[in-house]
Amino acid sequence: MDFLVVQFLTGLASACSLFLVASGLSLIFGVTRIVNFAHGAFYMVGAYVAYVLTERWSGALGYWGGLLCAALVVGAAGAAMEMALLRRIYRAPDLFQLLATFGVTLMVEDLVVLLFGPEDLLGARAPGFKGAVEILGQQVPRYDLFLIGLAPLVLAGLHLVLRRTRWGILVRAATQDREMVAALGVNQRWLFTSVFALGTALAGLGGALQLPREAVNHSMDMTIIVEAFVVVVIGGLGSITGAFLAAVLVCELNAFGILVLPEVSLVLVFAVMAGVLILRPHGLLGGAPAEARAMRLAIPPPWKPFTSAERLWVVGGLALAAALPLVAGAYALTVAAEVAIFALFAASLSFLMGPGGMPSFGHAAFFGLGAYGAALAVSGAGLPMAAALLVGPLLGLAGAVLFGWFCVRLSGVYSAMLTLAFAQIAWAVAFQWVGLTGGDNGLLGIWPEGFARTPHGFYWLALAICATGIVLLRILVFSRFGYRLRAARDSAARAETVGIDRMRVQWAAFAVAGLFAAIAGALFAFLKGSVFPDTLGIPLSVDALAMVLLGGVETVSGAILGAIAYKLLAVWLISETDQSKLVLGAVIVLLVVVFPQGLGGQITRWRRPT
Amino acid sequence: MLAVSGLDAWYGAAHILRDVDLAIGAGEAVALLGRNGAGKSTTLRALMGLVPRVTGTITFAGRDLAGLEPHARARAGLGYVPEDRRIFSDLTVLENLEVGRRPPRPGHPAWTPERLFDLFPNLAEMRRRPGGRMSGGEQQMLALARTLMGNPALLLLDEPSEGLAPRILEQMAGAVRALKAEGLAILLCEQNFRFAGLICDTAYVMARGEIVHRGPFAELAADEARRDALLAV
Repeated sequence: MDFLVVQFLTGLASACSLFLVASGLSLIFGVTRIVNFAHGAFYMVGAYVAYVLTERWSGALGYWGGLLCAALVVGAAGAAMEMALLRRIYRAPDLFQLLATFGVTLMVEDLVVLLFGPEDLLGARAPGFKGAVEILGQQVPRYDLFLIGLAPLVLAGLHLVLRRTRWGILVRAATQDREMVAALGVNQRWLFTSVFALGTALAGLGGALQLPREAVNHSMDMTIIVEAFVVVVIGGLGSITGAFLAAVLVCELNAFGILVLPEVSLVLVFAVMAGVLILRPHGLLGGAPAEARAMRLAIPPPWKPFTSAERLWVVGGLALAAALPLVAGAYALTVAAEVAIFALFAASLSFLMGPGGMPSFGHAAFFGLGAYGAALAVSGAGLPMAAALLVGPLLGLAGAVLFGWFCVRLSGVYSAMLTLAFAQIAWAVAFQWVGLTGGDNGLLGIWPEGFARTPHGFYWLALAICATGIVLLRILVFSRFGYRLRAARDSAARAETVGIDRMRVQWAAFAVAGLFAAIAGALFAFLKGSVFPDTLGIPLSVDALAMVLLGGVETVSGAILGAIAYKLLAVWLISETDQSKLVLGAVIVLLVVVFPQGLGGQITRWRRPT
Repeated sequence: MLAVSGLDAWYGAAHILRDVDLAIGAGEAVALLGRNGAGKSTTLRALMGLVPRVTGTITFAGRDLAGLEPHARARAGLGYVPEDRRIFSDLTVLENLEVGRRPPRPGHPAWTPERLFDLFPNLAEMRRRPGGRMSGGEQQMLALARTLMGNPALLLLDEPSEGLAPRILEQMAGAVRALKAEGLAILLCEQNFRFAGLICDTAYVMARGEIVHRGPFAELAADEARRDALLAV
């Protein structure tokens, strides 16, 4: 019993930083509608800067001053990012800003290693809060008690600012209706910049405050960003009090989940999130969705079938691709097979996002399930490759049918966040169910057989399957089903009045997209000869998103171009430089600024000169 | 005060406004009439800079508004009251007014919440009520009051009569006339001919995105055949 109380207190203390990060994320999303993926990076930078300052400055004043200055430095960096980067792309479709902030995240991850080295850094203890207090016979760190007290104070402070100051009133008004706020004479630019400054400063403070609790390291950003997303979604986008409640809930689930069900503790949090969203689609304290809350992807112009000249180009391109083994060596063919696999993966996401109108932040779930399905068919059931390629994707299909049922019940960014949560559940299962999946060690020895054993044999197999898959997806877009899907996307109400069951059609689209992603995943397992939990991970999901957005949501061919360009670039950078993330991040940022409609969008403009 | 010429506007590929010319003098009240979908609301939105693609010239108080963002147009003296009111439903009446507050125009007394509560006594009794818990008529008054807090020189009113009970409608007409008497210029989009007649001196009629009639309001009111041809549904 006493132990449980202490565990509860530990959970509360962890909630402090998470609340700070999540409240900043929530404020920023509320006003600017930007899902700031870089928020975790700002948290990490806050911890690093706090480490540097507290090492340099002495005494209690130096220590606490260092933590506060770290928050200010991060806030200034956040404002700088908003002014230098995001201002240029506010008119681009919503997810472009997410992509840009993801590019910044990649850059920051490499930069902190360059500046501070790859080792974990242990900060000094907080003066005045060293040691522990005995509560019910158990030791509780004094610093934990400090954090437990601080979180409600920050909540109250934010509440006061939002209720009592003109700035706070403008922030709340803009969270509801930005356009009206502008029409009343408020310059949104400074509102956005100041919200970014405050939001990122909160993230920086959250990172700085972790200094006495955990070692500073260069992967703290991904852990916190996923938890912060979950907190913001459970609490309700834009609600600070909701973020507080959700942070406490998530941290207590973590604290007790480890005790009760260590195997599935990671799953628990995401399962609760899914549960909350199904019962309260806008989170615990989130408001009803204003029209502005729906996601504003580029409204694609009506799709145009290929002209016969364009068909010739496609056939010619395929023939060239098929002839590649005549000139390319083994390594190049392996890379080319990987590119083909990712083209199918990206095309399946593009199908979901473009004609389906449903962005997904967790599309790797289906890719990874397909990979695990194929690998388990080989290593568990002893099936031959051909059978594994047929059976494996069914696992991804099953996942898509299950997750899709939930996702089509939510809209916009909530639905996208739910896909992220499901992908994390799948990842956690693969990671923690060691008996079946081998956990972090993965499943090994999944090699192709027969003619596919040679690099060119496997390349032809991958190219044939992926090209067929992409063609099928494109045919589907111009089918009756495709028309219904696009009708449901463009106007759910009007589509329903002509007898289209929106949810069913979108659910089916989820299944289709999941199946094709899973086929790509199954091929990927044989390409690599192994499967690891990474194939379900967030970075892979974001990779797919980057390919689709850079290629342009408007066309399937865009996704293919995006996949080819992105994958080749990533492979090349990893072979050429140790700072591949820095360069890739910079390239993403640059591309987003230069081609806000994506490469494919550019091509569409060439096809359809106006 | 406001001169619009050759205004064209598009939503995506749809060409909504064609060659719209408008002129409003200082202190003048102009009605913009027309059937549903004629382009009245789009005209106001285009004046505010809320339509993505617009060509033509808009001169206001000697200043070219082309390319200015919505907030800059509001600061120049345009006061926009949208059709669907767009009250901030989580904010109280006083907070809604605060969002609209701008410095006074030189030579004119600043609008304050207290002065607005004199104009709309209903609002005075619900200062701390969230906008989402007000009736349609109360919201309409708040939308107008909120815009007045910006001390505009020209009011762009989009169907303030829509959905109002007759008693509230009269209050609204009285308030707008009082504003006109204080020298505020008004551009009023209306479907309610009688309501517009209580306020306006000049009438423009739109159809299919074009101006199809302009003249003194009284003339149109007297010419029943012409009025039916332009406006009857």
